[in-house]
Amino acid sequence: MNAVEAAGLTKRFGAVAAVSEISFSVGRGSTTALLGGNGAGKTTTISMLLGVLLPTAGRITVLGEDMARHRYRVLPRMNFTSPYVDLPRKLTVEENLTVFARLYGVARPRRRIAELVAALDLGEFVQRAYGTLSAGQRTRVSIAKALLNEPDLLLLDEPTASLDPDIADRVRRQLMEYQRGAGATLLLASHNMVEVERMCDAVLMMRAGRIVDSGAPGELVARYGRRNMEEVFLDVARAEAAA
Amino acid sequence: MSSAGLSLRRIYAMILRHLYLFKKSWVRVVEMAYWPTMQMVLWAFIAKYLATNSSVIAQVPGVLVSALLLWEVLFRGQLGVALSFFEELYSRNLGHLFVSPLRPMELVAAMIGVSLIRTVIGVGTAIALAIVLYQTSIFDLGVPLVAFFANLLVTAWSVGLMVSALVMRYGLAAENFAWGAIFVAAPLSGIYYPIDVLPPWLQAVAWCLPTSHVFEGMRAVLLEGEFRWDPFWSAVALNAVYLAAGIGVFLASFRGARKRGMLLQIGE
Repeated sequence: MNAVEAAGLTKRFGAVAAVSEISFSVGRGSTTALLGGNGAGKTTTISMLLGVLLPTAGRITVLGEDMARHRYRVLPRMNFTSPYVDLPRKLTVEENLTVFARLYGVARPRRRIAELVAALDLGEFVQRAYGTLSAGQRTRVSIAKALLNEPDLLLLDEPTASLDPDIADRVRRQLMEYQRGAGATLLLASHNMVEVERMCDAVLMMRAGRIVDSGAPGELVARYGRRNMEEVFLDVARAEAAA
Repeated sequence: MSSAGLSLRRIYAMILRHLYLFKKSWVRVVEMAYWPTMQMVLWAFIAKYLATNSSVIAQVPGVLVSALLLWEVLFRGQLGVALSFFEELYSRNLGHLFVSPLRPMELVAAMIGVSLIRTVIGVGTAIALAIVLYQTSIFDLGVPLVAFFANLLVTAWSVGLMVSALVMRYGLAAENFAWGAIFVAAPLSGIYYPIDVLPPWLQAVAWCLPTSHVFEGMRAVLLEGEFRWDPFWSAVALNAVYLAAGIGVFLASFRGARKRGMLLQIGE
């Protein structure tokens, strides 16, 4: 069974179609990238999968549940992180994680937080207010929040945006470790093609609200006759400009 | 988890998030008590002056202070709901909250819980000071005080939810409604004067407010020494409508935000 199935998914904002009748599936235990230029519809698609944006048309099934009818059955098994959403700045890292551990019904919140603090190396600033942290530290806290409930499905919107190469590399390792260890499904929107080649089994290429291609990174590179995903991405982006 | 599918654990988590804030910011806690105290001090002096000049007021020197304190319950209660919602907007946290299993009704319950805590801290301080400084205790109202307090809180929550719904719809540009909305009701609520002082057409409007019935009931207790059930039940019935409307508007606004994709963006 797939972790995510979307059929005829459409989102219109007035006359503008942000996403047009896309259908795709994400295999359980896979890491899939949603690629495309700015405005391609990646964040809109992720928002609909999370249920924070209602589709104009189409159907979404996540972990076997229809998101339109049983969203609250599946939300405890999902999580999400994005550089565009924040946590309360006056609360310390530990307080933020405690609040979200309770929201997700984590059985032993203190123990789970301690595990994540160790795994993501947050110990140095766990008692500091979230608002005083650097962008890299905030991203690590946000990832800790996303892993609190040991989600079966993790949606990541540009997980390493604004990170320096060293921290970005560590974050990728941690996500891959978690994915392998828990057998979780990861769906990430990214502009970082190195990240995609390194982490992902499958890629969905989006352009102007539609899925224009899909496949494993290696397959796409071969199909486009290019050396890497960076060049494939440019081909797709330039096709967009030409269109 | 209750039969309605609401989780006390999640409601507590959201209240805890605000208790963390109160714990680390004494300024925030002092601010809660500051305005109710200032108002109480001001009106206590006015009451003292009037007590020597008006035979009616002289019967019950504490009537103005009691009215003021009850008004503060309404104002602070409303503000408590709206501000706890604004905290999530200021911190751009709504996206994280609504991808978690937190249900909108649980957020409403938590906002109401935080409002209760804020009101008790804010108005409780002013009540204590009124006893110490002016020997005027709102508790002289006796058991009816509970009825007035509860009714005003429900009205406050209803207005707070409507203001929060407006902000969810129009963004923080609508934030000022939180500070001003309740004052629209002030002249019509008969806080410091009976409703029959108003022109007849305005009286009809005033009786549509639960607050008018509460303050009429308060005056009956203070001036006539009688608890009247008719304004009490009128206030309860109107509050049932107001609260249902407040929750309905908030949930409709939440659904609208989901349609427009505002939950991940709102807060700018």
